Amino acid sequence: MATPTIESPRSGRVSPGYSRTPGSRGNFEMVAWLFMRLSGAILVVLIFVHLYVNLVAGDGISGIDFGFVAGKWADPVWQIWDLTLLWLSMLHGTNGIRVIINDYAEKNSTRMWLKGVLYTSTVVIVVLGTLVIFTFDPCPVIDGVAHVADYCPAP
Amino acid sequence: MPKTLTKSLTPAGTLYRGREGQWSWVAHRITGVVIFFFLLVHVLDTSLVRVSPEAYDAVIASYKNPIMGLGELGLVAAIVFHAFNGIRVILVDFWKKGPKYHRQMLWSVIGLWAVVMIAFSIRHLSHVFGG
Ligand code: HEM
Repeated sequence: MATPTIESPRSGRVSPGYSRTPGSRGNFEMVAWLFMRLSGAILVVLIFVHLYVNLVAGDGISGIDFGFVAGKWADPVWQIWDLTLLWLSMLHGTNGIRVIINDYAEKNSTRMWLKGVLYTSTVVIVVLGTLVIFTFDPCPVIDGVAHVADYCPAP
Repeated sequence: MPKTLTKSLTPAGTLYRGREGQWSWVAHRITGVVIFFFLLVHVLDTSLVRVSPEAYDAVIASYKNPIMGLGELGLVAAIVFHAFNGIRVILVDFWKKGPKYHRQMLWSVIGLWAVVMIAFSIRHLSHVFGG
């Protein structure tokens, strides 16, 4: 029996039988592929420093409380660090899940629903996280009661 | 033989043979999904700093127990593997000799991962169980 040959995956044209969305989508998939690698390389640095500072240095995880977060976000460097981490990891993760949905959900409607939920969650989390970083107040006054901490002005 | 595609003409076996390349891909995919769902929760709980110091401290205090401590260890293990194996994937794609050494690189990933995780476990578990 003749063994059928399998075309090299890089031979260009995707056989129509393997394409769920007929028609050209430009080079979006190539840009997404490149983005996964670029963002991944940057995320290594962002995440390892994040984990070291929060879980290894000082008192490690025992040292985490409101004051720890306030201390970090008093410094614009950590604000920008965490903001970049938030955006890059959410975009990287969202694109990764998008690829996985495309791989396993065979019905058009299932894929549409799953991706709808995915993109909605992404927007909610990215907007919420960004707002929190920029509107954070280390010394909040809640119901007229000022937060007491050594880095806050005496009420 | 007629020129119609029949079952007998489909390739024998599968493209993937379940070796290092495929298992590392499975692990990369699973760790990626786990980290993503953790990240959603992580942004939500951190957002409590915007509600009140007490709200944030209450949730953080509820994490300070051995079960969560082991969960944190597992998450770090997943992230460190995904990070190192991600670098390996990038090298396979962009480095001329990447595809040739992909298997050796996987063992380096596993070795580095083990070293980092042993060091981190000592540090983290001493906080979790040492009070
Ligand atoms: C630590 C640095 C990271 C590096 C170096 C990295 C690297 C990569 C690379 C190169 C890919 C593409 C794999 C492919 O196209 O075959 C990928 C996929 C993926 N990553 Fe990451 N990543 C990192 C962090 C993260 C984070 C923080 C998340 C979660 C928010 C994440 C979630 C995913 C997911 C879900 C996929 C898709 C997996 C698949 O398609 O099988 N990654 N990662």
